[in-house]
Amino acid sequence: MSCRSGRLQQSRDAGEFTRLTPEEHLDQPGSLAIQTLALRKVFGTKVAVSNLSLTVRRGEVFGFLGPNGAGKSTSIKMLLGLVKPSSGQAFVLGVPSDDIDVRAKIGFLPEDFRFYTWLTASELLKLHGRLGGMPASLLRERVPALLDLVGLSAHREKRLRDFSKGMLQRIGLAQALIHEPELIFLDEPTSGLDPMGRRLVRDVIRVQRDRGATVFLNSHILSEIEITCDRVVFIKEGEVVASRDLRAFPDAEVGVVARARNLSTQTIAGLSQWSTSARLDGERLTLTTHSTSVLPDILRYLTASGSDIFEFTPQRLSLEDLFLKIMGEDRGL
Amino acid sequence: MGAWIMAGVTFREAGRKKILWTAVLAGSAFLALFGTGMHFQLKDITRHSLPPFVRYQLEAAMLQVGFYAVDLLAVVMTILTSVDTLSGEMASGTIQAIATKPISRWQILLGKWMGFAGMVAAYVAAMFGGVTTVGYFIGGVLPHHTLSGALLVFLECLLVLTVTFVCGTRFSTLTNGVIVLGLHGLAFIGGWIEQIGAMTDSPRLVTVGVVSSLIMPTESIWRRASFEMQSSFTRSLQFSPFSNASAPSVAMLGYAVVYLLVALVVAIYLFQQRDL
Repeated sequence: MSCRSGRLQQSRDAGEFTRLTPEEHLDQPGSLAIQTLALRKVFGTKVAVSNLSLTVRRGEVFGFLGPNGAGKSTSIKMLLGLVKPSSGQAFVLGVPSDDIDVRAKIGFLPEDFRFYTWLTASELLKLHGRLGGMPASLLRERVPALLDLVGLSAHREKRLRDFSKGMLQRIGLAQALIHEPELIFLDEPTSGLDPMGRRLVRDVIRVQRDRGATVFLNSHILSEIEITCDRVVFIKEGEVVASRDLRAFPDAEVGVVARARNLSTQTIAGLSQWSTSARLDGERLTLTTHSTSVLPDILRYLTASGSDIFEFTPQRLSLEDLFLKIMGEDRGL
Repeated sequence: MGAWIMAGVTFREAGRKKILWTAVLAGSAFLALFGTGMHFQLKDITRHSLPPFVRYQLEAAMLQVGFYAVDLLAVVMTILTSVDTLSGEMASGTIQAIATKPISRWQILLGKWMGFAGMVAAYVAAMFGGVTTVGYFIGGVLPHHTLSGALLVFLECLLVLTVTFVCGTRFSTLTNGVIVLGLHGLAFIGGWIEQIGAMTDSPRLVTVGVVSSLIMPTESIWRRASFEMQSSFTRSLQFSPFSNASAPSVAMLGYAVVYLLVALVVAIYLFQQRDL
């Protein structure tokens, strides 16, 4: 979550960049990179996405979380115009998602990237650049740069049929970025990658964010989402059930572990005005609150009630804890 | 522009497929066999001292055998090279990386269609050129209206290609192949039924044949191509795979062209409507 200060936004007229913060983005017309309104998709009798309404601000790295079958991939496909919504509306970069021209500003890395295996890495990037409308002169610069970025310079003339899964994922990432898109969809970008590859993806995302691009990230690796994303939403059965701003630590849900003596049952019960759960195990008190802002009140309350506090440590819930809390435990086991 | 890029990459892709080179090898083997057969046929004819007119007609009939084989090879090669281009790429997800680029779905489909059409055109031209060359230098015969015949066989292949594209937007690769080969088989049988009906003066058989040609006009196009390339004597032989007891009319060719265009529009429509 580095580099919160300045963002870059491309001026339509001059083709130059001006620095804008995310908050400034919100004041601009068309400041949303993505907006969906009651988006729904039904395949036969199966409801894949029931009622998806979400917004993604320009310039943010956005995490899209949910269990298997929650409708994440279908939602992304609707945003990319690959799947037609049954009802509802979807806008990307201020225009309907089925607009052809806006795709010149969008990059997409599909889950488990596959392409013509007879192409070399260089040929693949040139083809995608040409399909994206890039002139040959620009491609001559961009192709080597992108191969270098994803660590495949030494394999530029190797055919995709000789690539490992991780190398395919890297070249897939490069094709998504070849035209310097304003909005990038990454569907499980670290799938099949080794730790170096995962680090690379994180670095690439950071570079894209610093460039001013919006990144829409779908990943099951929550620890990476936590490191990379500015904001996440959780979807379940095709509907947004929660969202969290990962930058806003002070207001985030937080757990507290305290070591205390002389805690009465009434005192524990009284914590319910701030705490969603409180449990005493010997001298160890664990509780959960919705906001770190109430922690001073809790501490004052415990002291006023005559308890001796030896330790009082806020412990922010990990994204995985939050995910399990929101989604519920897997009932399949 | 997008359609041309897709056409170029599809043409190159088709050239990388083993099935194309297998068809080229089979075609070369066929030309060698055809030339050998024609050579020995000519020697036997010379030994029997047949009149020049009869000798010429027999060589011309042999030439039609060659074109018949070329037609079959071209149709089968067209189906086998193109049968998985849509269904296969949709199943593997390859199409997603293309369909999210700023090109329309109709450009993707039309580009692929043009790429395969270019490959088929090259194949038909090479094979027709080969048979004509062998016929001229070994047998001393030239077909009538070779260009018309080649263009009609190319039209037949385009029709098969387009039907393969229509089915490819909805069915799996295997199902698609079964459907298109089945339709071509139906047209083949229907063509024979129509010929027999014309010979035996049976209007009901002719009607059955015509209906099958309306369902899939490929055999009609071949029979018209054969008709164009034959001499009047060979045409008068009445009943052979290359004779035309009931030669398809120009109206039937017009129907085939309209059929092709409608099928192409349907393929584009179905591909545009489809979730990828």
